[in-house]
Amino acid sequence: MPDSVPSSLVGVTVNLVYLARLREAFGRSGERLALGSALPTVGALVAQLCARGDPWSRELAPGRAFRVAVNHEVAGREVVLRDGDEVALLPPVTGG
Amino acid sequence: MPVRITEDDFDAGREIAALRGIDRRVGAVASFIGTVRDVNDEAQVLAMTLEHYPGMTEKALEAIVEEARGRFDILDALVIHRVGDLKPTDQIVLVAVTSAHRGEAFDACRFIMDYLKTRAPFWKREQTPAGARWVDARASDDEAAARWKP
Repeated sequence: MPDSVPSSLVGVTVNLVYLARLREAFGRSGERLALGSALPTVGALVAQLCARGDPWSRELAPGRAFRVAVNHEVAGREVVLRDGDEVALLPPVTGG
Repeated sequence: MPVRITEDDFDAGREIAALRGIDRRVGAVASFIGTVRDVNDEAQVLAMTLEHYPGMTEKALEAIVEEARGRFDILDALVIHRVGDLKPTDQIVLVAVTSAHRGEAFDACRFIMDYLKTRAPFWKREQTPAGARWVDARASDDEAAARWKP
């Protein structure tokens, strides 16, 4: 991995939204987060949150069921985030 | 608007009559109403709060209705889903579909409900005698949605 960060990706800050059980677990409904990764993907964002330790590492651990939505669309871990994106963490849904 | 999120109760008869309107092509109307039970996972349910993700919920439901239109030969469809505080016997959701013949109406109605259960961002929180708890997703819901895979 190169040490230098591509200039086009510097300063990517996203608006996180935590829903339902995850909002309770994290004690907040959302936050603004500056991404630290050279390639700010959804997966890198999840890893950055997990690095905070408990409860993040517990709730977002591999194998825990949750989805990520970027600007209201469900997104895979490979999706690259852009500055100002709304990124929501969704527990398994239980409507209907 | 084929999709509505509301804290208010709905009158299914009135909603279905409005959906049918004066469309003379309609020969079948299928509908489903989901309601709050007083027992879930062997615990008494005293009350329920339904939470959603405003903005995404509407888009997700509209996408499900669009997919139903693409898969089934239907004339119109309606989804009403309530949010907020509910109690046992309250109505939660109404799905209604019109078509020329019953098969397409039945199938589209069930398809919309199966996809709603697994794709629309709603979450139920139950009040039980032991306290409040988030309802767990069911594997059977995923299996029901998977039946519709092309």
